[in-house]
Amino acid sequence: MYLYDEIDQRLVDERVAQFRGQTRRFLDGQLSEDEFKALRLRNGLYIQRYAPMLRIAIPYGLLSSRQLRKLASIARRYDRGYGHFSTRQNLQLNWPKLEQVPDILAELATVQMHAIQTSGNSFRNVTTDHFAGVARDEIVDSFVWCEILRQWSTFHPEFSYLPRKFKIAINGAKADRAAVGVHDIGLHAVVQDNQTGFRVLVGGGLGRTPLIGTVIREFLPWPHLLTYLEAILRVYNRYGRRDNIHKARIKILVKERGADKFREEVEAEWAHLKDGPDTLIPEEIARVAERFTRPTYEKLADEEPRAEPGFLNWYKRNVHPHKVPGYAAVTLSLKKTGVPPGDVTSDQMDAIASLAERYSFGELRVSHEQNLVLADVRQRDLAALWREARVLGLATPNIGLLTNIISCPGGDFCALANAKSIPVAQAIQERFDDLDYLHEIGELDLNISGCMNACGQHHIGHIGILGVDKNGEEWYQVEIGGNQGETIAGGAKVSLGRVIGPSFARADVPDVIERLIGVYLEQRDSEAERFVDVVHRIGIEPFKERVYGHAHQRAPRSQREPALV
Amino acid sequence: MATLIKGRRVVSESPLSSSDKVIRLEPADDPAAVAGELGRAARVEVNFPKFGDGRGYSLARLLRTRYGYRGELRAVGHITRDLLFFMESCGFDAYELREGEDPHAALAAFEDFSESYQGSVARPVPLFRRRAA
Repeated sequence: MYLYDEIDQRLVDERVAQFRGQTRRFLDGQLSEDEFKALRLRNGLYIQRYAPMLRIAIPYGLLSSRQLRKLASIARRYDRGYGHFSTRQNLQLNWPKLEQVPDILAELATVQMHAIQTSGNSFRNVTTDHFAGVARDEIVDSFVWCEILRQWSTFHPEFSYLPRKFKIAINGAKADRAAVGVHDIGLHAVVQDNQTGFRVLVGGGLGRTPLIGTVIREFLPWPHLLTYLEAILRVYNRYGRRDNIHKARIKILVKERGADKFREEVEAEWAHLKDGPDTLIPEEIARVAERFTRPTYEKLADEEPRAEPGFLNWYKRNVHPHKVPGYAAVTLSLKKTGVPPGDVTSDQMDAIASLAERYSFGELRVSHEQNLVLADVRQRDLAALWREARVLGLATPNIGLLTNIISCPGGDFCALANAKSIPVAQAIQERFDDLDYLHEIGELDLNISGCMNACGQHHIGHIGILGVDKNGEEWYQVEIGGNQGETIAGGAKVSLGRVIGPSFARADVPDVIERLIGVYLEQRDSEAERFVDVVHRIGIEPFKERVYGHAHQRAPRSQREPALV
Repeated sequence: MATLIKGRRVVSESPLSSSDKVIRLEPADDPAAVAGELGRAARVEVNFPKFGDGRGYSLARLLRTRYGYRGELRAVGHITRDLLFFMESCGFDAYELREGEDPHAALAAFEDFSESYQGSVARPVPLFRRRAA
């Protein structure tokens, strides 16, 4: 954990006081709905379908046991005793009361937490690889750079009212596990001539217009990180479109201008800023690095996993390699069948906090796949941890498998959603509940979004499902071939899925998935070739044919849509 | 007549003489286009037609840091107290508050935050350099 100094703490406390005043002025009628909306969104407060929703920031997904216990207690006291981990590594409460939100923020501040800029048209939570700091292919500890960017992007006076939200991801390892290609700005650490720097991508994103970002600088030496970002943001703040919310992200500016023209403008702006006072200094990198708590590892040797039935399945899927011998990283699955993906109760949060304390130095990470990671577990403790996690319902051995579904809250909660996503996720999990079959299918990311905003990241699922509204009915469009980036084992780079054809009724979705899987199992050249690899190799046609049928084959029963949605 | 805050005080507008020149910039305007006239301006106004339109912050910063403007820089349009802290950081020193905003209560907003992480017009040296000093 980065531990706040007195200034970090003061700023968060001052924000609580500011928001308390703003809430009071709104309730007193001194602020209009629209004005308060822009202000409350900066504090993660949405007015949702049935109630407000509060999105609490978990900077780059890193959390301490103490903080998790606080979240458990807040969910119990101010909400309905559970929370939802989002794909942006944050925690959402679905039922807080508007007038109590300042009190919730004050409680969060006591454990160095907040809801600053978790929504609204400003910088959002900077995200990274959930194996940062422990991965064997690490180039830099991305947490340090995330924290530097967290500070720079917090209450930025010039860039607090951007045309649209702005998401930055940093990847500090060789393999990209932070999906830097689908962020407004993606930074991939590179070492060149013994100097650390970043490859800078800009203009990627999901949502309505999914695009892979363009590299605008192959190598940016680290001291220039903030001035270069300032140049990008100034160009975006001044010229990004504000006339149409759907065209306001930086990706549209980059696309409309062309990457070369955009790069020229950034470089011209940067010429004024380069080597100025915002140029980073080694003292600051060292200061931030030192404020992070670090595990004190024992000197241990790697161990063979115990051949215990059940344990080995879990070991294979939920245990990941660690750079220190004798240690492993463990994913606690929040994807048990019957539980909405990413949901966790207050009691579970308390229990997980205790697991983290006893097995992983009191810290954990939220993954963008909506699971929790204990990053520093002694290999000799794995079996004991597995037994405890199983009792808590957190040991489903499905990480990387089809039932590890990423899903937004969807129409059950979200006012923006066109369709429900949680029941679709559950129907698929129920259809594929045979563990042997799941393992037979192998690695498969299945992502579901309830609308085009793509919070469920359906574009980068190997199979992506998008809820669409047609004349007030819920339909589901299916994409295949998307990929979030490399895994800890390597594999294909980030790619966007392609729609296979007209959309389906909810009841047909599990059948469709089964047909897609059928094609894959017939076509793969070995067990090592994953679903997404087969799609990339043979294209989407064979899958389309199986799902929609040749002339003689029957399409799913409600397949009666004439055109693409 | 909107209420005016200038130099962190509530003031009434002093009338301009006929020779005084006021430059007014809209969000999409380029400050480079008026750079030559800044020396003769009695004040520069930057308009914020909407609460959420943040282009004016960049204009202010450019006027102060790139074009060396030192005179009165006034934010006009949809200005509430909630924006004052950021506006001052970006180089504004005068504000025409929107209708209904209590100017005396608004003065407190300059103290909303006691620090900024970033370098700005108001505090050119970013916090990390001051922390290291």
